[in-house]
Amino acid sequence: MDHFFPPLDLLDTFAMPWASPEDIIWNGKIVAMGFFVCLSCGLIGAFIVVRKLALMGDAISHGILPGLALSFMITQSKALLPMFIGACIAGLLCSLCIEWLQKKSPLKADAALGLTFTSFFALGVLLITQMGNNAHIDAECLLYGEIGFTPLAKNLKWGAIELGPRPLATMAMVTLLIISIMIVFYKQLLVTSFDETLSISLGLPIKAIHYGLMLLLATTIVAAFESVGVILVIAMLIFPSTTASFFFSRMPAILFSTIPLAFIYSFGGFFLARWLDCSIAASMVVIAMFCFGLAWLFGPVDGVIPKLLYRKVSV
Amino acid sequence: MNLNFFQFVPFFRTILFLFTAGSLHAEQIAEDSSLSIQTVRFLSLTDYSVQIVLLGVILMGMGCGLMGGFVVTRKLSLFGDTLSHAVLPGVAVGFIFSQSKNSFSILMGAMIAGFLGVFLISLIKKTTKVRLDSALGLVLSGFYAVGICLLTRIQKMEFGNQSGIDRYLFGQITGLSTADVLGMGISCILILLLTFLLYKEMLVTGFDPGFARSVGIPVDLLQYILWMLLAFSVITSLQVVGVILVSALLIIPAATASIITQRMKSLLFWSAGLGILAGIVGTYLSFLGNRLPTGPLIILTSTSFFIITLFLHFRNGLLFKWIRSRGKEQKIAIENTLKAIYQELENHNFSEDTITLGNLAKRRRINMPEAHKEVKNLVKKNLAFLLLKKNQTLPNEDILSLTPEGWSEACRIVRNHRLWELYLTNEVHYAPDHVHEDAEKIEHILGDTTVRKIERILSNPRRDPHGKLIPSQQDIEQGFIEKKVIRTV
Repeated sequence: MDHFFPPLDLLDTFAMPWASPEDIIWNGKIVAMGFFVCLSCGLIGAFIVVRKLALMGDAISHGILPGLALSFMITQSKALLPMFIGACIAGLLCSLCIEWLQKKSPLKADAALGLTFTSFFALGVLLITQMGNNAHIDAECLLYGEIGFTPLAKNLKWGAIELGPRPLATMAMVTLLIISIMIVFYKQLLVTSFDETLSISLGLPIKAIHYGLMLLLATTIVAAFESVGVILVIAMLIFPSTTASFFFSRMPAILFSTIPLAFIYSFGGFFLARWLDCSIAASMVVIAMFCFGLAWLFGPVDGVIPKLLYRKVSV
Repeated sequence: MNLNFFQFVPFFRTILFLFTAGSLHAEQIAEDSSLSIQTVRFLSLTDYSVQIVLLGVILMGMGCGLMGGFVVTRKLSLFGDTLSHAVLPGVAVGFIFSQSKNSFSILMGAMIAGFLGVFLISLIKKTTKVRLDSALGLVLSGFYAVGICLLTRIQKMEFGNQSGIDRYLFGQITGLSTADVLGMGISCILILLLTFLLYKEMLVTGFDPGFARSVGIPVDLLQYILWMLLAFSVITSLQVVGVILVSALLIIPAATASIITQRMKSLLFWSAGLGILAGIVGTYLSFLGNRLPTGPLIILTSTSFFIITLFLHFRNGLLFKWIRSRGKEQKIAIENTLKAIYQELENHNFSEDTITLGNLAKRRRINMPEAHKEVKNLVKKNLAFLLLKKNQTLPNEDILSLTPEGWSEACRIVRNHRLWELYLTNEVHYAPDHVHEDAEKIEHILGDTTVRKIERILSNPRRDPHGKLIPSQQDIEQGFIEKKVIRTV
C-alpha cells in the first residue's frame, strides 16, 4: 500500500518535462492536445448541459462505434475521412433514434437513451469481432485514450507547411471551427437553448440548430477520441460548464471560463499523471473532478459553504 | 519495423479500441463446427462450460430483468449505467487491498464505490441546482477516470498482473467460475425476496413516494435497499457483458415489458422472462460461430425483441396503432364528406337531391382530385353514387347523390353535431358561437347511448342553437327528406 503513491519529487514532476527544447516540444504537444480537447468539448458542453442533453455526449460517443467499424469494413482502409464520415453518420443516427423513441414510443426519455446507445455499442462490438483480431495493438486505449502518443503521430502537411502531429492539428482545427461557429451563431444558440417559445416566435430554425449542434458534437467526439479516449470527452462536456456555473450565472462568463479551466485541467492532469505514472487523459478528468469539488464547496453562486454562511447571516 | 509502427500510430489509435474490444470480446464457448452439431451440443447440456454459462445467463437475465422493472419505472435507467462505471475505482482499490484476484475484496470495493457514487449524485442533487443528468454524467465520468488512473497505476506496479481485472472492463464469459455463478445466484435470490416480500411497498414508493411516506413506509430505506441490490446485480453481471453493456441488461427487457403491459406485476414477469430468453438465445447464437462474442449478442437479441415488440405488439405496437388510427381517420373523413353533402343539400332547402362535385369541393375546401377521392371512398362503402350526365365533360359538374344508407349516416352525424351544440349552449351555458369547434370533434365519437341520454336531457329538441333542423330518424322515415332520395334511386 505504501508504495502505491510514489514520493512526490517536485523537480522530476514539474521541472524535468521542460528541461530541454526537445522535451518542451514533446510534452507541449501532449498538453496542447489536452487543452484543445478540454476547450472544444467545454464550449459545446456549455450548451449541451443547458439543453439537458448532458448524457447525449455519452450516448453518441458510444454510438459511433458501428459507424467506425462499418466504414473500415467497406473501405478496407485506414483513411481518416471515411472513418470520420462513418462515425458522424452513426452518431447522428444514434441521436435521431433516441429522439424518435422519446417522441413516438411510450418509453421514458432516459430508458430510450440507455437502450439506444447500448444497442449501438453492442452492434459495433459484434461488427469489430467479425473483422478479425489485430494482435499488435495495445489494450483498452480507446476507452481511456493514450494522449501520450500524440507527439508520435505523423505530421499533417498542408502544401509545404507542417501543421504538427495529425491528431493535434485536427483537434486544433475542430476547436477553431467550434469557436468560430460559437461567435457567428452565438445569439441563435443562446435563444434556442433557453427559450424555445421565443425562438419559435423569432422564426429561428430550431430543428436545424439542434441537429447542427449534434453534428458538431459528433465531430468533436470523433476528432477527440482518436487520441484521448471516450472518457475525457464525456467528462469535458459536463465538467467545465458545471464547475463554472458555481462562479458565474451568465452564459458568456461560463464560456470564457472554459479557457482557464482547460489550462488547469491539461497542465494539472499532465503533472498528476507524471507523478503517479498513470493515464494522462484520466488524470485530467481527476483534476476536473477535484476542481468541481472545490467549486461545489466554495463557489460564490451556489456553493455549499457560502450558502451556509449566508443562511447564518440572514437568520 | 519500429519506424513503420510509428507511422501508423494515428490510425492505430483510431481503431485501437475496435480491435482491442474485439480481442477482448471475442470470447466464445466452443470451437468452430457445423450448425447442427453445435445445436445438439448446446441443447443436450452435456458440456460443463455450457451448463455453467447457461445457468449464469439465466440467473443474470432474471435478476437484471426484475431489477430493471423497478429501475425503469422509477426513471432511474441511467443509474445503472452510472453505477456500472462508478464501481471501477472500487474494483481497483479492492485489488490493491488484497494484492490478488480475491473476488470478495473486489466485490466489497465495488459495492462501496457504487454506493459512494450514488450518494454523491443525491448529494449534488440536494445541495446544488445541477440537473440530474449532469450529475449522473459528472459521477459517471469522474469515477471512471479515477478507476482508470488506479488501474493504469496498478499495471506499473510489481503485483500488477491484472488479468483478473480486465474482465470487469469488457466482460469475459469464458472466465465465468462456479463462484461467480454463486454470486449471481445470491443476488438473484435477494432480488426475488425483495420482489415477493416487499412488492406492495416497492410499488407504492415507486409510483407515489409522497403517499408512501404518509402511510408510514420507510421510503429512504427501501431506496437504499434498491440501490444495494442494483449494485449487486450490476457487479455480478459485469463479468459477463462488461461495464458499458451492463446497463442494457437492466433497461432493454424492462423497456420491452413496459410496452407490453402497464401493470407492475406482469411487467416484472415479462421483464424477467425476456431477460432470461435473451440470455439463452444470445448464448446459443454465440455458441454457433467462432468469432461471436456472447455479451453483445445477448444485448442485440434483447434489442431485437424490443424492436419486434415496439412495432408488432398487437395492442400497443406502433404498426397496429398506425393501422388503427388510419382506419379512424378514414372513418372521420367519410363522415365529414357526408356532413358536407347534407349541408349542401340543406342550403338548397332539400329542393334538389343531388349536388355537384365542384360544390362539394368548395364546401370541404379541398381541390377536385381530393374531392374525387373522397367520393370514391363513399361509393366504395355504398353510401353514395355518381350520376354522369351524358353531355357533361367537366369533372366538377359530375353529379353526386346519396344512397339511403348514406342518408341515414349523414343525418346521424349532423344530428350528433347539432345535439351536442345544443347541449353545450343549454346545459353547459356556452355561448352559441363557441360550440361549433367542440361539436366538430365529438360528433365522430358520440355513441348511441350518449345520444339517447342527451336527447332525454334536452327533451327531444327539433332545432339547434343556430335555428337549424336537427334531423332525426323520424324525419327520414316520415318523408321529410326521404322521398327525394327514393326518386333518385
